[in-house]
Amino acid sequence: MTGPFLKPKRKNPLARTTQPLLPPQARSRKAHGLTLAASVGRFMLQCCGECGRYTYPSREACPNCLSSDLTFKNAPTGGSLLSETRIEVTSDPYFREHMPWRTGLVQLDCGPIAIVHLHGGCGGPGSRLKLSLQLDRAGQAVFFAKPVSETPHMEDDPQWREMTADPKHRRVLITDGRSPLALPLARALGKAGASKIFIGVTDRWKPFGQQASLEAIEGVEIVDLDPTSEHSVQELAMDIGVKVEILINTADHVRPAHLFDVGAAKIAREAIDHTVVGLMRLAQAFGPVMRSRGADGAAGAVAWVNVLSVHGLSNAPQFGVHSAAHAACLSLSQWLRTELRPGGIRVINAFTGPLDTEWFQTVPPPKVAPKAVADAVLDGLKRGLEDIYVGDVAKDIEARLYDNPKAVEREAGQ
Amino acid sequence: MSGDILGKFAGALASGAVRVVDLTHTLSPDFPVIVMPPELGQSAPFRMERISRYDGGGPAWYWNNLSFGEHTGTHFDAPIHWYTGRDLPLNSVDTLPPADMIAPACVIDCSAAAAEDADFLLTVADVVKWEEQHARIPARSWVFLRTDWSKKSGAAYANLQADGAHTPGPDAEVMRWLVAERGIIGFGTETIGTDAGQAGHFSPPYPAHHYLHGAGRYGLQCLTNLDQLPPTGAMVVAAPLKIQNGSGSPLRVLALVQERSTR
Repeated sequence: MTGPFLKPKRKNPLARTTQPLLPPQARSRKAHGLTLAASVGRFMLQCCGECGRYTYPSREACPNCLSSDLTFKNAPTGGSLLSETRIEVTSDPYFREHMPWRTGLVQLDCGPIAIVHLHGGCGGPGSRLKLSLQLDRAGQAVFFAKPVSETPHMEDDPQWREMTADPKHRRVLITDGRSPLALPLARALGKAGASKIFIGVTDRWKPFGQQASLEAIEGVEIVDLDPTSEHSVQELAMDIGVKVEILINTADHVRPAHLFDVGAAKIAREAIDHTVVGLMRLAQAFGPVMRSRGADGAAGAVAWVNVLSVHGLSNAPQFGVHSAAHAACLSLSQWLRTELRPGGIRVINAFTGPLDTEWFQTVPPPKVAPKAVADAVLDGLKRGLEDIYVGDVAKDIEARLYDNPKAVEREAGQ
Repeated sequence: MSGDILGKFAGALASGAVRVVDLTHTLSPDFPVIVMPPELGQSAPFRMERISRYDGGGPAWYWNNLSFGEHTGTHFDAPIHWYTGRDLPLNSVDTLPPADMIAPACVIDCSAAAAEDADFLLTVADVVKWEEQHARIPARSWVFLRTDWSKKSGAAYANLQADGAHTPGPDAEVMRWLVAERGIIGFGTETIGTDAGQAGHFSPPYPAHHYLHGAGRYGLQCLTNLDQLPPTGAMVVAAPLKIQNGSGSPLRVLALVQERSTR
């Protein structure tokens, strides 16, 4: 059974901060099919196109019929525990920090047997389990087994917390309080038990209608932050950088412009300054300190979330500048992911379709409600995802890009 | 003769008989700038990014790159800034006659009225009353509207409400009158613009811009320390950056004030 995860005590300032270590990272290229599945929260295994059998570990040919027609397909998530091992001592530097650690041998319903990380609520051998693929602190896919039905404080299992980025008792920075996403995000984070929610606001001399609603949420503190100003970003990092365990970048700048418009380049430069360069300034100021705090107690730094337009994956001419800026953000985000990985910090990209906000007023439905983005981000943090697609447009583009990216490009302007 | 004047001036500066008053706000990233509806073009705020500070980017030196709109911080408006002045000769900051950069100033103190009413408007009657107390406004002099608005900061300074900014300024008639009847060289304010916050609703809209620039005159805004100037007698040095075809620029505005005891 899992006990509740209580608010960690303040740390001893005389003690050295535990440095982040990562679990073993070696994987074959084929095995990254599991990484892909884990990053979006799917349970996929290689399945043979000839004989239809699932197989694990990942391989080049089907062990049953030797066919090379092995593709990753959704698989049933059930399994039965064959045996359980509670590891008390290990030579692995990462796991040494987390002893004891529960693992098990599981007979998957779809056929293969796998070694899995075992949730504390799972029963002994013979018990039924629900499997998932998770990204561990190294960003690599691993099997995780939970009890089939909900158990008390299920989310608080220490092994599960290592696989996720649960906001409970963590301090969060939302970078743009003027974004329509800020209020639903802050409410959801408050509900999820975040101990502090810093909300950055640009140009405090301009009216800020959401201020009272935001400040009504327990734990919210409004701070000055303008991602277009190096000075502003660095000053905030000096103040609270060491207190940010989850950073959610909601900064955006949507301004329609035609490619051939006079002044379109200026609009593009402004959009890039707010989004791409803004993300870079945030990364420079907050990245190093977050990376260094990846193992700083049970609620150390854990995740960086970027809310991106799904049109960053394939340009939408109506919002061409915005799409281009977000394509650059995506590239930068991949870079940031690599740089934060040594600290075990997860970089999550939440791709959304057009939001139901003023700048997408003329776009026909379906549009994404800001609360839907907030709920999806919270779900992604709690489940430890890496790529989230929010709303019908984003999900549709994801599926079509997987199928035929050229078709998405050709049909975009029509 | 001129050498004698400047020699005396140097002596007066050295002795403190002439005091130099800085009428300029510090250019900083958080100083409010004019806000347009978001679908229109916006003035870039002041930004400073470091090139090096005795570090890997330059081991022995400190320097920065700056970016800002022409109309940021304490700044100068040239005639070309407004459509009414677009076809005038010498209408941009680079062609501004240097002699126009030094001129006397009349300071009309409306601070009490502006404290009462954020939408206070200067009228011809106010200026006539001021002239009765002091002197007729000389041609080619600056008129500065003192409101003590510069003592506010942040949101109170910008005073943006749901229906736009509420800050004091001149009414339409007084601007026409000051330009046509008094021949002023320019008009200066402590607020974000030479016009009142609600001046878009005046006729003509933005009358200070309309009349000043249409007649080849200038604007100064975001001034400070106007409370340190006498009603008459201050000499103002306002030399904008020499930007090719520029419509204005941030600048250092200095006022030379003869101490009362030495007048």
